[in-house]
Amino acid sequence: MNLLDASLVDWSRAQFAMTAMYHWLFVPLTLGLGLIMSVMETLYVKTGNEAWKKATKFWMTLFGVNFAIGVATGIILEFEFGTNWSNYSWFVGDIFGAPLAIEAILAFFMEATFISIMFFGWKKVSKKFHLASTWLTVLGVTISALWILVANAWMQFPVGMNFNPDTVRNEMIDFWSILLSPVAVNKFLHTVISSWVVGSLFVVGVSAWFILKKREIDFALKSIKVAAIIGLISTILVAYTGDGSAYNVSQRQPMKLAAMEGLYKGKYNMGIVPFGILNPEKKSYKDSLNPYLFKIEIPTMLSLLANRDANSFVPGIKDILEGGYITQNGNIALSFDEKHARGKAAIQSLADYRKAVAAKDTAAAKIHKAALKENYAQFGYGYIDKPEKMIPHLPTVYYSFHIMVMLGFYFILLFALLLYFSSKKKIEKSKWLLWVGLLSIPLGYVASQLGWVVAEVGRQPWAIQDVLPLNAAISNISTYSVKITFFLFLVLFSALLVAEIRIMLKQIKKGPAVE
Amino acid sequence: MITYSFLQHYWWFLISLLSGILAFLLFVQGGQSMLFSLSKTEDEKRLLVNALGRKWEFTFTTLVTFGGAFFASFPLFYSTSFGGAYWVWMAILFCFIIQAVSYEFQTKAGNVFGVKTYRSFLFVNGLLGTFLIGVAIATFFTGSDFIVAKGNITQQLAPVISSWGNEWHGLDALFTVRNLILGVAVFFLARSLALLFFVNRLNHDVLEARSRKFLWYNAIPFVVFFLIFVIWTLFSDGFTVNPTTGVVSMEKYKYFTNFIEMPIVLVLFLLGVVAVLTGVIGTWISATFKSGIWFAGVGTVVTVCSLLLTAGYNNTAYYPATPNLQSSLTIFNSSSSEFTLNAMSLVSLFIPVVLVYIFIAWRAMEKKRIDIDDVNADDHAY
Repeated sequence: MNLLDASLVDWSRAQFAMTAMYHWLFVPLTLGLGLIMSVMETLYVKTGNEAWKKATKFWMTLFGVNFAIGVATGIILEFEFGTNWSNYSWFVGDIFGAPLAIEAILAFFMEATFISIMFFGWKKVSKKFHLASTWLTVLGVTISALWILVANAWMQFPVGMNFNPDTVRNEMIDFWSILLSPVAVNKFLHTVISSWVVGSLFVVGVSAWFILKKREIDFALKSIKVAAIIGLISTILVAYTGDGSAYNVSQRQPMKLAAMEGLYKGKYNMGIVPFGILNPEKKSYKDSLNPYLFKIEIPTMLSLLANRDANSFVPGIKDILEGGYITQNGNIALSFDEKHARGKAAIQSLADYRKAVAAKDTAAAKIHKAALKENYAQFGYGYIDKPEKMIPHLPTVYYSFHIMVMLGFYFILLFALLLYFSSKKKIEKSKWLLWVGLLSIPLGYVASQLGWVVAEVGRQPWAIQDVLPLNAAISNISTYSVKITFFLFLVLFSALLVAEIRIMLKQIKKGPAVE
Repeated sequence: MITYSFLQHYWWFLISLLSGILAFLLFVQGGQSMLFSLSKTEDEKRLLVNALGRKWEFTFTTLVTFGGAFFASFPLFYSTSFGGAYWVWMAILFCFIIQAVSYEFQTKAGNVFGVKTYRSFLFVNGLLGTFLIGVAIATFFTGSDFIVAKGNITQQLAPVISSWGNEWHGLDALFTVRNLILGVAVFFLARSLALLFFVNRLNHDVLEARSRKFLWYNAIPFVVFFLIFVIWTLFSDGFTVNPTTGVVSMEKYKYFTNFIEMPIVLVLFLLGVVAVLTGVIGTWISATFKSGIWFAGVGTVVTVCSLLLTAGYNNTAYYPATPNLQSSLTIFNSSSSEFTLNAMSLVSLFIPVVLVYIFIAWRAMEKKRIDIDDVNADDHAY
């Protein structure tokens, strides 16, 4: 069997993408709803107002239904690194395994322990003990997100490691640089806070439905107020961390930025295109077709955002593949061909080193080790034979990014309006706003999923940026095995999703329980 | 002095301990496998579901932690076994995925598939989950058909580090009788522990009496199959590693020798077995004895932990490769780097904190035994 069989890589990717996207349907609501119900329970404990308890319990029921399917879809992801990305698991397992283990030890047990008190402990423990349990459940969920996002950030920006040719793997040398890398910190904040937005939109939408149905008005108004405040603050923070995220991408993954912005050719004082339609006729970075059919451009803004310097150069796909431009750190960028040659040299040096060690030829081993070290930064390029394979699917990344950003600005406006109408006590009469709120529930999910599409499709073909491409990361299994499990997961998760949505709708229709 | 070797042994101990805890917590699965046989009425079923439903997340979390800890400490096992024995691990994961929604969804309106389907999911999880985990663990003593060649990463057209030796990808473990025996033993152990748990936690005379009766049908097969596995293993050839050269070879009575050369592990193993038997026999002979689960639970943790210590300690290959012996995984050739094991060891110091808050939470929630009135009065009951 040939591991470079494109269909095995594609099906392995498809399975991971599908299971991850299913999982991510539930995680943002867990994080967002968790925060909102914890705030509500805090208000209940502080004020003694039973209305807050009623609201808390209602949202908690929905949290429980959503949490269960999140757990079900989550377990497979952890094990999929081993089952479908076996080479990856050894090649970087020394670094990547740690966050997963820490997540389980520090976060999962916290969730498992306190969620039980949160659901079943209302009559068994004191109010404050219960409140602490609710917060600890949400803290557990958030800590869990922290570690898996640290792991993901490390794949995008591998730091704190050293390649060991004797063990043939990358080994951790600096734990803190992995945990506190700017990509990790920003990714954590951006992702978790964007999940609060999803939760806020959900609460606003469901509450709007109650008001439109003229049911549970007091509960719904209270819920909208809390969600609108959390939602507005969160969306502003998401915009801020989104800028940080794009800056990180620009500095460390220029190809992803080029795809996000539809840049084929770079320039100084690069403008940004907040709205544009790509030219579907353009198939290659080598042709001279205009990349856009239509665009609105703000001059020099991309240079400013990407490099914090309005006069700076932002490379396009052609520049990145052909090299020769001056990078932000003052070096001349290498072309793909040069990187590929260095990558191949690094791989060959590793093979030669191992042969020399086996032959106990210390002098030769030393030379090959030095050569490997010199070219290791481009190691992964040795597995990529054509420059075209370096380009992620541009329309997917471009439109995902632009729609996500547009939705982000729309959410700011929506929450601001909700807060304004709420403070003026006019929400009940503003049917249009209630409908907008209700219909915006899916938009939060869309934005959240698109964010991951940008992050993950945008970094193709890399499993680990510059170090390990996907075709060198997969397991040695047959394509049909992966196809079978792909469809099994698809059917199972789809069936469970249908059940989850129906249960949620029934619970919502039932409304908050009367104590 | 904390050496690399110490850290590798420490992490194998944690993996063994986690396996022991997982084996104990599989009582949830054991209970699920008896949902339809132990209960006769809907109230009885609901009581069983709700008693188990407050514990299932611990088993699930322990399984996930087992995976995460293995990945962090022995990544070559993670990459070789999960990527190679694809089907057996996928089957186990499927069993646990369908469990995770089944408690929460089963009695909720609009659940599409009906309460029977979700309870059947729990049954399947109880039946196959326990059996397959037992089969997978048995391969630590019987071996699997795989090859590891780290240098292959330099083969640009086929950079395969770990390969499975046949197209069964893990299902081949089902063709080895000794693996099946441990699978069956784990299944009956989980059921026996569940019965002891019901005796301890349920405030329901009929279910308690029935649990005591069922204990006969489950504990005896468990003891028989477990003894066959242990005796067969002790007197089989084992996989020994030359500590200087790293060469793996077969050694007569290796696991028996390991017990003899590690008397503390032997004593722990025997104490564990005695504790399990005390829990079971005590429950048989005394109608008022309800603490069997604690004896058998602690006994299970200690027994399984010490059994796995014999698989990895004393220069033994814990994941043997047959027939390619030199591909076998040992705690030395498959572990993370010294730096990572050190860092993870610091994290492991939080484990006592985790245990303390689990204890506090359980004590707060388990002041009295659960009865059907509790279930009916709880608005979050399953």
